[in-house]
Amino acid sequence: MTAELRGKSAIVGTGHAGFGEAHGLTAYDVMAQSALAALGDAGLNLSDVDGLFCTMMEDSMPALMAAEYLGIQPRFIDGTMSGGSSFVNYLTSATMALDAGLCDVALIVYGSNQRTASGRLVTASRPPAYEAPYNPRYPISAYAMAAARHMHEYGTTREQLADVAVAARAWAHHNPEAFERGPLTREDVLGARMVGDPLTVRDCCLVTDGGGAIVLVRADRARDFPKAPVYVLGSAAESSHRQISQMKEFTVTAARDSGARAFAAAGVTAADIQAIELYDAFTINTILFLEDLGFCAKGEGGAFVEGGRIAPGGVLPVNTNGGGLSCVHPGMYGIFTVIEAARQIRGDAPGIQLKDVDLALAHGNGGVLSSQVTAILGSQNTL
Amino acid sequence: MPDAKGPDQIFQGALTKGEILLPKCEDCGAYHFFPRVLCPHCHGAAISWKQATGKGRVHTTTVVRRKPEWGGDYNVCVVELDEGVRMMSRVEGIAPGEVAIDMAVTAFVGEAEGAPAVLFKPSEG
Ligand SMILES: [Zn+2]
Repeated sequence: MTAELRGKSAIVGTGHAGFGEAHGLTAYDVMAQSALAALGDAGLNLSDVDGLFCTMMEDSMPALMAAEYLGIQPRFIDGTMSGGSSFVNYLTSATMALDAGLCDVALIVYGSNQRTASGRLVTASRPPAYEAPYNPRYPISAYAMAAARHMHEYGTTREQLADVAVAARAWAHHNPEAFERGPLTREDVLGARMVGDPLTVRDCCLVTDGGGAIVLVRADRARDFPKAPVYVLGSAAESSHRQISQMKEFTVTAARDSGARAFAAAGVTAADIQAIELYDAFTINTILFLEDLGFCAKGEGGAFVEGGRIAPGGVLPVNTNGGGLSCVHPGMYGIFTVIEAARQIRGDAPGIQLKDVDLALAHGNGGVLSSQVTAILGSQNTL
Repeated sequence: MPDAKGPDQIFQGALTKGEILLPKCEDCGAYHFFPRVLCPHCHGAAISWKQATGKGRVHTTTVVRRKPEWGGDYNVCVVELDEGVRMMSRVEGIAPGEVAIDMAVTAFVGEAEGAPAVLFKPSEG
């Protein structure tokens, strides 16, 4: 998105469903419940939706499946699949479609029953032919190798990685919607079962069910809805590879580019951001994205997160809902970064509500650090 | 031409003969991997095949933890070959946790998942 589209669309509804375990429900059931929750939040009906933005883990034509399930006939759909970043990416296409008059009510929606369906990652994507023979465990082996390289180049420690998980849990502790809310110490993380060196099971995101949805409209009518509008001030994507073996620098992600362009479109800098919601599939993600988005220098992410600095009461509020590490992670987490950022701005965050948030950042990651999408959201005051 | 071979077939066919061939761009001179019909660096389409030196270094590595009854832990790594290309593989002949970043390794054609595959061992000396 360029600066021309700054503030042209607004989130007027958010919703979620099936957090934790959604027994007896299919992924599309959870998707539909999430859609109803977000539309209810916006005071709209499914029949108002004419733009649908959706992808799911289990199908190659998920937007069509979702439209059919919901009983709607959208005049604009986007089912671009870039992994968990897809739902942040849809902020760009939804804003473009709304601005161009291609639709009037855009629904971004996702649902998964990953936990109760099998407890494993349900995916329609095939392992890459030149990696599959070596049996990497997707996606953890990829992130483990990025973490190993970060430790090698910058001296990042396992203790620093663990502190990311500890901080996420500390936020989740205050969030009644979060799946894992019990105490978690650095020692718990370090002593947990190693799954892919240097990452233990506590360095990895949860496996839960859950869905989320977001309703967007053009900014000119955004104040006609029950909740305070949250404007999309900037959003940008950058895609660098698909297979981890093709990643050029394991310690630098395309978030550097997506972030710079999102900030430029929004006309703000990292220092202006009051709430930061990052896709933390693994503890290394948070460190990489804080560096690449400019919250600290490259290589300093480990020290930056150490000892509660991104926990409640720390220097920077990161993943205020508990993130994918402790709140919810149903296969793809991206949409929840946007929902939590929007709720922090609206003032109805489910856990710790930060004071007077006007600017928040949501960052989506897809594939194996492959697709990076950054969005800057703002209150009415930021227009 | 029914007997024409695509890049994937050329690479895999060489492996079945115990050879490691790498695609090289005739326009810019750079190697690439995985095999393709074009050069991802300059986008030229004139590709030739060269015998790999087999020399490389571990760029990054992990141990996939697996229960002993399912076969135990194993190594997964990304090796950068002297030709400048990277490939996923594993280092054999040492414990999976002993594989280290920057370790010098040498390629050989072994077997993975029942098919010929490029594997590595620590370089001697
Ligand atoms: Zn070339």
